[in-house]
Amino acid sequence: MSILNGPPKSGGFIPRDRVWQPDALTPPYKTSVKRSPQAALLSFPTTLSEETSPVFGHSILGDLDNDLILNYAKSGESAIGPRIIVHGRVLDENGRGVPGALLEFWQANAGGRYRHKKESYQAALDPNFGGCGRTITAEDGSYEFRTIQPGPYPWPNGMNDWRPAHIHFSIFGHGFAQRLITQMYFEGDPHIKLCPIVGILKTQEAIDALTAPLDMNRTVPMDSRAFKFDIVLRGQRQTYFENRKEGL
Amino acid sequence: MVQKLDYLHESPSQTAGPYVHIGCTPNFTGIGIYGGDLGTSMKTGPVKGLEIIIRGTVFDGTGTPLRDAMVEIWQPDAAGLFPSANETRGAADPNFVGWGRSPGDMNTGEFIFDTVKPGAVPFPDGRMQAPHITAWIVARGINTGLHTRIYFEDEPEANAADPILSRIEHQNRIPTLLASKQPDGSYRFDVHLQGPNETIFFDM
Ligand SMILES: [Fe+2]
Repeated sequence: MSILNGPPKSGGFIPRDRVWQPDALTPPYKTSVKRSPQAALLSFPTTLSEETSPVFGHSILGDLDNDLILNYAKSGESAIGPRIIVHGRVLDENGRGVPGALLEFWQANAGGRYRHKKESYQAALDPNFGGCGRTITAEDGSYEFRTIQPGPYPWPNGMNDWRPAHIHFSIFGHGFAQRLITQMYFEGDPHIKLCPIVGILKTQEAIDALTAPLDMNRTVPMDSRAFKFDIVLRGQRQTYFENRKEGL
Repeated sequence: MVQKLDYLHESPSQTAGPYVHIGCTPNFTGIGIYGGDLGTSMKTGPVKGLEIIIRGTVFDGTGTPLRDAMVEIWQPDAAGLFPSANETRGAADPNFVGWGRSPGDMNTGEFIFDTVKPGAVPFPDGRMQAPHITAWIVARGINTGLHTRIYFEDEPEANAADPILSRIEHQNRIPTLLASKQPDGSYRFDVHLQGPNETIFFDM
């Protein structure tokens, strides 16, 4: 285990920007109506409980954890669909790379079907596709994984709502205050502007922040296209003048 | 014009959706991978302190239990030390992970954690906080993960002196943050997303 925080000594986490982040109650996304707290959130500065976080070492990772094309496939076979590489960096709000961040990702298969017993979409399961993977960022915060491009899928909300193709991400940083789950969308998907879940985002800038561009520079010729997706976690105040007692 | 501050925006949150378990607890959903699900066990050997069980259920505004939620907890060991890379006050119990993740029961949605009673941790100004566990709840319909704290009903003096609990305006809501001792010795901590017993959620 390495000490991840270098000097200068970090203060508490910068408050989450609740104007930028989606609201809890977003009626066009119907499930939010009965699952959104109605009282105001209670605001407090972060304490050690939020400024610390579990450590996940690279030793937990298996060789195929970041290869969804192969990690559920029978030997000699592979998942069906457009082969893609997803790569990017995990940064904090100060623009610094976040090393050692655990990323977990999950997605539907190329036909838009999840491997889950509550899933009812008639698109076929792919026997060689499980739909989940994970990796840990390198020293500069970079990561990459290989998968197939997921398909859009219908979901029960309005009478004819379809999710844009997307990959779900769960991210751990260095403080539990940074814990985040989000989704990555694909450049040019016409479903993005129609989706009620994308629609909870308040600005085009916020939608763009979750939309991965095609990255020809990382595309492997005759093999896999690439999409670039950077993720930003909350930052910590940087100061030599933290108003704390010695040793805290 | 002035200079640009050049800070980045935190990535916008999106719901974990109905299939969060595929990504975070795949073995629970029948996808055998990774050699097991992360966060299933909070102990890697004998641990110091009082071992406790915490159970609970997440309810929506109609009183219906959520069966597609995922709950994570994060806490110090019995001495109040975090098993974290940025814990600078000392070494935590090497057999205690501090972090747990529960997909809830497939049928009832009840989550369960087998952990230790946390030690007290100081507030930034040096006062001691009452023993508590950080809890984080995600599910379909929750746009940004909800952050709350599990305090203990059987710590009345520490709770009364706690810098956060004592500053809460609506003191009648504090019981929503207290795990209650059950006849079998375990603790119960139910989460209500809405309604008269809506749990206090934090923006920290
Ligand atoms: Fe999805």
